[in-house]
Amino acid sequence: MLAWTIYLSFAGALVQALLPKSRAGLARWLALAVAVAGLTFAVAGFVAGMGQGRVVLADVPWVPSMGIHFLLAADGISRVLVLLTGLAAIAGVLFSWNIELRAHEFFAFYLALIGGVYGVFLSFDLFLLFVFYEIAIVPKYFLIAIWGSTQREYAAMKLAIYSFAGSAMVLIGLLAIYATAGSHSTGLIELSHAELPVSFQMWCFPLVFTGFAILAGMWPFHTWAPTGHVAAPTAASMLLAGVVMKLGAYGCLRVGIALFPRGLDPWGFSFAGLGSWRDVFAVLAVIGIVYGALVALAQTDFKFVIGYSSVSHMGFVLLGLITLNQIGVTGAVLQMFSHGILAGLLFAIVGRIVYERTHTRKLAELETMHLSKRMPFAAAAFVIAGLASMGMPGFSGFVAELQVLVGAWKVNPWWAITAGVGIVVGVAYTWRAMQKAFFSDALPSAHVLEEEHGHHFAAITWPEVTGVVMLAGVSLFVGLYPKILLDAIEPAVKALLAGGGQ
Amino acid sequence: MSGFPILTLLTVLPLIGAAIALGAGKHARGVALITTLASLALALAIWTQLPVNGSIGLVERAAWAPSLGIEYHLGVDGLGALMLVLSAIVTLMSVDAAHRVHHQPGLYFGLVLVLESGLFGSFTALNFFHWFLFWELSLIPAFFLIKLWGGARRGPAATQFFVYTMAGSAALLVAFLAVFVSTGSMDFPHLTLLAYTGELEQSVTSHFGPITLWLAIGVLAGFAVKVPMAPFHTWLPAAYAEAPSPVTMLLTGAMSKMGVYGLLRIAIPLFGHQIAQIRTPLLVLAVVTVVMGVWAAAAQTDLKRIFAYSSVNHLGYCLLGIFAIAVPIAATNAAAQTSQAAALNGVILQMFNHGVTAAALFWFVAILQQRTGGHRGINDFGGLRKPAPVLAGLMGIALFSSLGLPGLNGFVGEFLIFRGVFPLAWVAATISILGLLVTATVILTVIQKIFWGPVPEHCANFPDLHEGERLALAPVIGLMILVGLLPQLIVDSVNPTVVNLLAHWRF
Repeated sequence: MLAWTIYLSFAGALVQALLPKSRAGLARWLALAVAVAGLTFAVAGFVAGMGQGRVVLADVPWVPSMGIHFLLAADGISRVLVLLTGLAAIAGVLFSWNIELRAHEFFAFYLALIGGVYGVFLSFDLFLLFVFYEIAIVPKYFLIAIWGSTQREYAAMKLAIYSFAGSAMVLIGLLAIYATAGSHSTGLIELSHAELPVSFQMWCFPLVFTGFAILAGMWPFHTWAPTGHVAAPTAASMLLAGVVMKLGAYGCLRVGIALFPRGLDPWGFSFAGLGSWRDVFAVLAVIGIVYGALVALAQTDFKFVIGYSSVSHMGFVLLGLITLNQIGVTGAVLQMFSHGILAGLLFAIVGRIVYERTHTRKLAELETMHLSKRMPFAAAAFVIAGLASMGMPGFSGFVAELQVLVGAWKVNPWWAITAGVGIVVGVAYTWRAMQKAFFSDALPSAHVLEEEHGHHFAAITWPEVTGVVMLAGVSLFVGLYPKILLDAIEPAVKALLAGGGQ
Repeated sequence: MSGFPILTLLTVLPLIGAAIALGAGKHARGVALITTLASLALALAIWTQLPVNGSIGLVERAAWAPSLGIEYHLGVDGLGALMLVLSAIVTLMSVDAAHRVHHQPGLYFGLVLVLESGLFGSFTALNFFHWFLFWELSLIPAFFLIKLWGGARRGPAATQFFVYTMAGSAALLVAFLAVFVSTGSMDFPHLTLLAYTGELEQSVTSHFGPITLWLAIGVLAGFAVKVPMAPFHTWLPAAYAEAPSPVTMLLTGAMSKMGVYGLLRIAIPLFGHQIAQIRTPLLVLAVVTVVMGVWAAAAQTDLKRIFAYSSVNHLGYCLLGIFAIAVPIAATNAAAQTSQAAALNGVILQMFNHGVTAAALFWFVAILQQRTGGHRGINDFGGLRKPAPVLAGLMGIALFSSLGLPGLNGFVGEFLIFRGVFPLAWVAATISILGLLVTATVILTVIQKIFWGPVPEHCANFPDLHEGERLALAPVIGLMILVGLLPQLIVDSVNPTVVNLLAHWRF
């Protein structure tokens, strides 16, 4: 059932590409229909998979001579992330409702990207996973380069270069592992059972992990993320921060950690206090958390605040993964889901609801606009999203970050404490942006007053309300009842950590 | 125990009211009044159903997220139930007092009701996650009530309030994280038991080394901000002064009690032993809070700031009582045990009485402001007892209650606190008693300046309380007299809880 999410999205992309260019309305309804159908399959698959381990969805020999299979399967982690993709896909369409320029092409790329993402989360063959991973990168480039805003060519190119550099590292790793394992299969399960030499794991693990972590926004390879997020059209920012960064984190877990369990062993010597790759990546993750938050605190562009906040929140995902303990990794997966929802919501508010009406993202200009009075819906939505993002209990982010902190604390309390500082800064930058953008008492300048005389913002539309309510509602629901996702994630993480055996 | 989830109902009721109020526009106040009246009725019903032995009753338990130690675990004893009643009374008073909200009344009363739900939730939660959820939930509406409806300098006041409380919450969270990692539990009764047997400290030490004292300090810091305790009180005067008066009623009447309640439900039960180790510096801070609060009040001319600092002073007595009893006492020392029980009874009574009295005082400030177009300096008024004898009479009773006049509610709590603290920490008690004299001076000055002397020009046509106001205020003043004359109405239910609590604490 879950496999249909992939087929349907690609079929939808194909149909969109063939649509006549004048039918923008049809294109968006079609895209919405495909996205809703995708979510329906995702939910059905999630419900059907409750209480089950890994379920094979499709297994067809693809390149038999090399042992490559078209192998789709889903465990609890996949099911949760597919669910996230389904939600993000619908939200993205809803917040792209106003796209008129080449709408059918936009939605064609959009659905292709979604299909690729579904594919990555459901692939249990290393090669297949890589193929879907690459498929997801290409539409992203076009979405930004054609429909983007600020410095879009620069941002699109930067994103593509970073992505491909990461992919190249991953590809080298893939080839190496294929050669070393000597197995005639590229199935993830088979590879995880291959007894790879420790020395091989020691050099191949960091290569693959870094390759994937680039897409997850790991410091210091994060710089594509803020520029890309800002330049992208709203729906693409939502997907980029919401699910594409999760592809990287997912790769780190499913390929990096699962296939190279010994790659994280101590080196046997220590350098600058770091005794293993685990220490190295944990420190990078923690730096990302604090650095991303501090930089977000200094931004003057509203969208950049959210862009850097993604770097900080993804740091929690990486930190959780690298703890290698049950609670930390579970927290990391939950944080992937939570951040996917919340980043989508924040970008939707900032990039779509506010920007399309004010035509500025400068906090200094928004300050004079009294948005809390003139756009109360946007203000209320941002307050809720901001609270959720800063880790207010009752929303999904709190549970996830709490688990990551507990997991990190078990390994090294200093990681948890430093990450905790990041949370405090997170409160500060979210609060600052909220105050400046919506609740400032600064008087509007004469010029602005004149311009606005008799000028009203366009009314909030139904797709915007629907999207906000859906995303905020999901975050609240998961925050209040995390068990619904944890019951799926925990057994899968347990199996994965028990030796990649799933 | 009880089949009917009455505590859940109590917590959810204001949220439903809030949702309705949001859409009710100018009828929002009516919705809020009905909701708060119903909540008060429920809270009183809960008060009558407490177990007679003072243990925690009306328990509701359900699995929530077991792997994280998160459980839906509610229950109340005499302390919790009294706080529920107080919250319900204060919220009702606040809604009653706020009949001039013209700007977005739906949102205003919606936020007030969310705040009420936050109070109810935090006074009934027995699991850290659940408790923290509502602790933070109450913070958000409070921030926006100050930020959107406050006075001229509301922006900085709201931000300062929020930042202080958030920083306190962060300290709490980190400390609890460590406790959870060590013990695998977030359940208050379970952790209390572990602390009593000493296992809590053992687990923490075996996980992290000897940091239990620091955890205690982290938890204390979180509550110290909320109460507030010197030197963490600096957010309070600005927030109380800039918030609209009905919101100040909520802040001082109910929210400040969350801090004291937290000390009694969480800090002392879990870290009693550590708090006993640093008892002397804590007592010093409590005395500083008492004395500084009252001297600062004496130096103000703005009525709201006077009552704000006076609140700091009154809650200082609660801190004094709590820290004074944090001392190991031999099982044979019956006299000291009686002192502990007296002080703790006093603390809990003082929480209730200060809540009612302080809320009433800020209500009177709201009335004075409404009648004079926003004046609230003590020098702006004079001779009001002539044009407004009823107002002068009722406000006088509230002021004397705040002063601690025997026969009114304020006296009983403070008396019991001093009765208990004196044998346990006589130096602190003595210095604090001297503070009472300054309190008397401050209150009497307020009475003199407002009700006596020549009537200033703009007060010449000062209208007395009208029927509706008299009707609304009479029960509150009546309550002050009732509790003052018959404190056993509360003590009879609180005392078993006090005995039960002390039996589970280890210092």
